[in-house]
Amino acid sequence: MRKQSVILRTAAHVLLPLLLLFSAFLLLRGHNAPGGGFIAGLVASAALALYLFSLGIASARHALGVDPRRLIGAGLVIAIGSALPAAFFGDAFFTGRWLTLDWFPSGPLKLGTPLLFDLGVYLVVIGSVMTIVLTLAEAEERPDAPSNEGD
Amino acid sequence: MESMMALVVGGLYAAAIYMMLRRSIVKLVIGLVLLGNAANLLIFTSGGLTRGAPPLVPDGAAMPAGAVADPLAQALILTAIVIGFGVLAFAVVLIHRAYEVVGADDMDRMKDTDT
Amino acid sequence: MLLAVLSGFLLAAVAPWLVPRLGAHAGRVLALLPVGLFLWFASLLPAVGGGETLLWEYAWVPGLDVQLGFLVDGLSLLFALLISGIGALVTLYAGSYLAGHRDLARFFVWLLAFMASMLGLVLSDGLIALFVFWELTSITSFLLIGFAHEDKTARQAALQGLFVTVGGGLALLAGFVLLALAAGGWSLSAVLDAGDAVREHAHYAVIAWLIFLGAFTKSAQVPFHFWLPNAMAAPTPVSAYLHSATMVKAGVYLLARFQPALGGTDLWVFTLTLVGAATLFTGALLALRSSGMKRMLAYSTVMALGTLTLLAGIGGETAAIAFVAFLLAHSLYKGALFLIAGVIDHETGCREVPEMGGFGRAMPVSFAVAVLAALSAAGVMPLFGFIAKELLFESALGLAAWQPVVLTLTLAGLVGGVAVAAVVGLRPWIGRPVTTPREPHEAPLDLLAGPALLALLGLLFGLLPGLAERGLLAAAAGAVHGQAVTPNLALWHGLNLPLAMSALTLVAGLLVAWRWDGIRKMLVGLGFVERFGAERGYDAGMLGLVRVAAWQTRLLQNGHLRYYILTTLSATALLLVYALVTRHAVIPPWSSSGVRLYEVVIGAVVLMAALVAVTTRSRLGAVASLGAAGFGVALIYVLFSAPDVGITQVLIETLTVLMLVLVLFRLPSFLGLTPGRIKLRDASISLTIGGLMSWLLLDAVAAHHQGSISRYFVENAVPAGHGQNIVNVILVDFRALDTLGEIVVLGLAAIGVYAMIKLRAEDRRRRGKEEPR
Repeated sequence: MRKQSVILRTAAHVLLPLLLLFSAFLLLRGHNAPGGGFIAGLVASAALALYLFSLGIASARHALGVDPRRLIGAGLVIAIGSALPAAFFGDAFFTGRWLTLDWFPSGPLKLGTPLLFDLGVYLVVIGSVMTIVLTLAEAEERPDAPSNEGD
Repeated sequence: MESMMALVVGGLYAAAIYMMLRRSIVKLVIGLVLLGNAANLLIFTSGGLTRGAPPLVPDGAAMPAGAVADPLAQALILTAIVIGFGVLAFAVVLIHRAYEVVGADDMDRMKDTDT
Repeated sequence: MLLAVLSGFLLAAVAPWLVPRLGAHAGRVLALLPVGLFLWFASLLPAVGGGETLLWEYAWVPGLDVQLGFLVDGLSLLFALLISGIGALVTLYAGSYLAGHRDLARFFVWLLAFMASMLGLVLSDGLIALFVFWELTSITSFLLIGFAHEDKTARQAALQGLFVTVGGGLALLAGFVLLALAAGGWSLSAVLDAGDAVREHAHYAVIAWLIFLGAFTKSAQVPFHFWLPNAMAAPTPVSAYLHSATMVKAGVYLLARFQPALGGTDLWVFTLTLVGAATLFTGALLALRSSGMKRMLAYSTVMALGTLTLLAGIGGETAAIAFVAFLLAHSLYKGALFLIAGVIDHETGCREVPEMGGFGRAMPVSFAVAVLAALSAAGVMPLFGFIAKELLFESALGLAAWQPVVLTLTLAGLVGGVAVAAVVGLRPWIGRPVTTPREPHEAPLDLLAGPALLALLGLLFGLLPGLAERGLLAAAAGAVHGQAVTPNLALWHGLNLPLAMSALTLVAGLLVAWRWDGIRKMLVGLGFVERFGAERGYDAGMLGLVRVAAWQTRLLQNGHLRYYILTTLSATALLLVYALVTRHAVIPPWSSSGVRLYEVVIGAVVLMAALVAVTTRSRLGAVASLGAAGFGVALIYVLFSAPDVGITQVLIETLTVLMLVLVLFRLPSFLGLTPGRIKLRDASISLTIGGLMSWLLLDAVAAHHQGSISRYFVENAVPAGHGQNIVNVILVDFRALDTLGEIVVLGLAAIGVYAMIKLRAEDRRRRGKEEPR
């Protein structure tokens, strides 16, 4: 990939953690306000894509930390796992179970299997989009210039 | 307002189908994207158009005070948009592969399986 | 009971593991299962013989109230005993007959699976279960006929048998569905109880014909008789078991089973007696025309099946008794004769009757068994076949309509039957010894036990008819007749017309057998049998099917994606127009009330962007205008209260453009491939469909009221879903299963992309390695 401007590279460095944090925020508040697993996952993916385009594939892979395909698997496992607690209580598959925690001054915190499911969606979305984008970007790079990766 | 939306949806459909009937594979991809937008908009509009009343429940209430936009149509197209992206990526890569193998952008030269 | 039916499948499942370990004893050990089943069924004899009907029911699909029922009355018990009894003998026989065969394990798998299917067929109480087992027997028969799968004839014969029987099976399924609707229940018991309702039902004729089709194809009635002789490509134990003693009798079992409910009408009697008599005659004629021993026996089986159909058609007490007696007699003697044919093949290498002779000296036991079975087949006193034949004449004489025709065909057919029995029972054994591929020698005990036992049973039941009658045949005949019968089987009925007819067929049959070589040559000379035979019809039908398939493939699968699209769209458009015109003839009025200026601007931008995307000749321009259209759509979502959707659309649109930029620019630029005329055609098609979609949308909006399901989600999001964002609650709670499916699709698409690119990389690496050489 071609060398990008310093401003873009710096911005990407700064923006990535911010955007990832924002995506986590979107994920957590999604049940009560606009947001949720799909949107949060897309925001995170867009952030990583920005990073990829400004700093190269290797850096993006490093920033992601894991192979995106593993995220797909992990997300699916979490999503299916969120359906299982209902089975232990004799309810139908995917019946939501909720736990209310009254520890915070801001009000009771409600944790439930739907949030877990949303986390699964989040991971699958990031995993899928990043798999697609990274694979395409690598394919773009390899045939013409196999050795100048990230330069 | 629905009348105008009907016009937009019809126009998008027409453009999408015209592109899908072309021989160039790149145009086929563009047609697919347009078709996805047209279909989503169709479902969205048939759920009814409501201004300024998103399907959110105010804090402390059990349900929205007045009428809100149809949440079901929104849930349907939200996932449709994301899946549409995945499928489009798949189609694009498939077409790309086909192009590499056949070496032609012309769909008429892609009809033999033994090339 | 469930275990009894399924045990065959269970043993079949472990057979591939078991058979190689048992070695030469495989047949003997596996035969223990059918022996055990036989004994278990025999233990039911006292109850069933006493007139009881036993019923086992298991809940199959409790949610749909579907039961898996097994019904044991005289008829099904007779069949079950034949299936397990002959099954045991055949398994034993096959262990020796196919000893050392490469695919012995596979053979036993299918044989045992067939046995279980056949048991299920005759014991099922539910129509659907009966149909499933029916088709399973067709499939196992297909696999067994095609056992020698390297042989082209065997493959063709297997396919032919499958097409004919499964085709009939489809008719049968349709017939069952109509029958169940007419009778008001899906079980045999329900159907048998609703006989009057069924006979008077408006669709009675259709039901009867559909069931006839199923029964006729399975039981090889004219004009579907041709598949059975071809099925002789199967190993001999299979021919003896499936294509003589059991499976082909499934059709007549069905006719006998439904006779109390469907029988007695003009349609029933007329069709079955005529088809039965015609099959009887045709079978005899074709048997005399053949020279292969198994083929002759196969045609004589066709003849016997015709006889059974005829008897099922006649109806009444005598015919019911004749039916069960003939069924038993035929299974015993024909099974024995087939197995003897296998013995001859196995020990001498001969298959054609004219090439046989003088084996009696080397194989005295086989000779004795063959004579005994042939005597029963010819219906000679004092064998059981004689009793059955007498009863057959008595029933035919009792027929009211078409009696002369049926009687003539029956008499002529039976003359042929006697002749066939005499030929296969005497011809190979007497006369001067001939040179054979293998030196004739007596067969081992495993091969002889089966046919000997069957032939001896034929003698035993002939001498002591009460033995078979009291326990079983009376109950079986009762089930066929629909009410209790008092049979009186005896060898000697006095000097009467049936006895005279029996004697006549014997004398004439022996004459034919004596002059068989000449008669056969004459019959072979009658070429019209081949030119106009039913098999030609089958061949022509298959050829036509292939031609139609080729033609419609060329027409529909022409390789042009856009014609596929065009076909699909045109069909959809036509249906849409039909629905719109018939249901809402008017286009809803144009309403521009409440439209705001910025909304019009956004709509116009979207349309303009789409237009540019269509018309531009630059790929970058097209992708950019796609993006513009997408963001316009996102704005529409946001303006009309869909923040989640709007955000998603914006993000996806960004990623889409990014992806297209990555990929599309590695493709060549647009080509001006299409002439203007076609462009005009496509444009008008697109605009028409676009217009239709507009109309559809207007129609949908005019009819729209937020439906109850949406209202449910709105009202329950907080109380039940604990979430204030209703869209998100639907996604992750109310419809979580749908969402799960959607993320699976997304993940699969991503992995597909990965695989396709990786594949290419591998390809290139391989090519790169090869190049230097």
